Amino acid sequence: MSQTVIESPAIETNGGTLRLPADAPLRLDSGATLAPLEIAYKTYGRLNAERSNAVLVCHALTGDQHAASVHPITGKPGWWNRVIGPGLPLDPDRYFIICTNVVGGCMGSTGPSSIDPATGKPFGLTFPVITIADMVRAQAMLLDALGIETLFAAVGGSMGGMQVLQWAADYPHRLHSAVCIAAAARHSAQNIAFHEVGRQAIMADPDWRGGAYEAHGVRPEKGLAVARMAAHITYLSEAALQRKFGRELQRDGLSWGFDAPDFQVESYLRYQGASFVDRFDANSYLYITRALDYFDLAASHGGVLANAFRRARDVRFCVLSFSSDWLYSTGESRDIVRALNAAGCRASFVEIETDKGHDAIFLEEPVLHSALRGFFESQASRRGLA
Amino acid sequence: MTALREDFKEILRLVRPNTRVLDVGCGEGDLLELLTQEKGVDGQGLEISPSGVAACLAKGIAAVQGDGDRDLDHFPTQAFDYAILSKTLQQMREPRHVLTELMRIADRALVSVPNFGHWRMRWALLTQGRMPETKALPDPWWSTPNIHLCTLRDFTTLCAELGLRIEACAAVSPDQPARNIDPARPIENWRAETALFLLTRERPRPPAPERATTGDLFD
Repeated sequence: MSQTVIESPAIETNGGTLRLPADAPLRLDSGATLAPLEIAYKTYGRLNAERSNAVLVCHALTGDQHAASVHPITGKPGWWNRVIGPGLPLDPDRYFIICTNVVGGCMGSTGPSSIDPATGKPFGLTFPVITIADMVRAQAMLLDALGIETLFAAVGGSMGGMQVLQWAADYPHRLHSAVCIAAAARHSAQNIAFHEVGRQAIMADPDWRGGAYEAHGVRPEKGLAVARMAAHITYLSEAALQRKFGRELQRDGLSWGFDAPDFQVESYLRYQGASFVDRFDANSYLYITRALDYFDLAASHGGVLANAFRRARDVRFCVLSFSSDWLYSTGESRDIVRALNAAGCRASFVEIETDKGHDAIFLEEPVLHSALRGFFESQASRRGLA
Repeated sequence: MTALREDFKEILRLVRPNTRVLDVGCGEGDLLELLTQEKGVDGQGLEISPSGVAACLAKGIAAVQGDGDRDLDHFPTQAFDYAILSKTLQQMREPRHVLTELMRIADRALVSVPNFGHWRMRWALLTQGRMPETKALPDPWWSTPNIHLCTLRDFTTLCAELGLRIEACAAVSPDQPARNIDPARPIENWRAETALFLLTRERPRPPAPERATTGDLFD
């Protein structure tokens, strides 16, 4: 993904890290608690006097809070700078946009690389298993601290979309509208299988050291890079891979060996893996993929997905999918929409025609952007936002 | 927007303000946009083409990409005050099922159907002996999406069979003012090009048939 857009200086950026005291723990689905809790977040724009223009943007598996600001490690522009910005569907002049690093993450929120207050060492594998609902509960605690009762919208793609669905299930009264892009209401066997490949790659790296790599002053970079490479294939469509790389070679002729990549697609994947380890923690990758695999919104609502949305009849939904996305396919989005209809919720749904696969969430997709713009416009007028 | 389509005008007249409206086959959402602006309705569209739904969303109209033949089953009972099916019934694989579903989902249905009993149809069939091609039904038989054409009388017969009450009926055409008609009069089956019906349920829905628990062939 080549992003050369320079961040606009017009965006008012704020944020920091919310530190909740030990007597305000995050209660986890596993039964464990996390305290003290830290939630790192960024905001763009200003909260209006009525506190009615807050938008929560939820990030994907390997995303973070830097949705529209320069990433402190990579120096790259925000991951959603095609959606958040002046004149874009989420305009900071109009909305107060909040993006948090999920709990379990590695960009400032409490996660497996945080220091366990009980031992004074990084949690590693003693960090409790977290769920999508735990991530959402932590976000709700941040909103409480910011004095925001209701969100104008919760928006997210991929794992971010799952958080949005969880928001609708758990906090429907705090939600005016919800946008779920290229997501699913549960992880399929294939989704879990790909994640397991990634986790095994990390754990097979000798530098993983049973998760206690930090204490040994090493990092399982090879394993994490392989995990990223495998996952990255699922973000692209076969057509996009073929269009970008085909069977093009790195240099003239084959190498007749294994040291250097022969094909451009190999080189591309190696680059994706190598650059990923600079900004991501291996244990966070284990924990967050686990949270995704445990996600099954129907199972936690009596086996009927519509039950998850019964209290969300006043929330307006927009569900979007991409035709060439085989990670979370259109069928998954359609199941969500049918459940929303069955629950009596108002929903919009469109499958966007593209060959860019799952990654289209972050790319130039005019139909995606015009759909988001139209949805937010109509919801803003329903909400009485200027 | 250019001059209002005459059938839209009639629908606009029939729909009460501030109601919940489902438009099946909503296209680019022109009718729902009109109803939202003029009557303050809470609208929802169902449309098969992705470009149509994308156009709806861009206008701020809630719409779901889906197929009227398959996706109506997922809507809850009496979720809407009106279900609109504008010149689409004849394109459905199972019009009878669609009509039943519309009346389950909504209290009232606004259904318009092109009348195959119109004199031009009869004349073309009589004189040429070929499937008619008219302004209302312009496609040749081998490419028409209209796979279940009916006459005015066919439609009123089906309504009676399904226990649907015709609250109002108007002959509509794109360029002429709507004309209230009595669809039971044989002359209307000759002269109405397209008819718009406001339907309600005649009698309460019969209870679901009880499933036999014994007496199965293999018991």
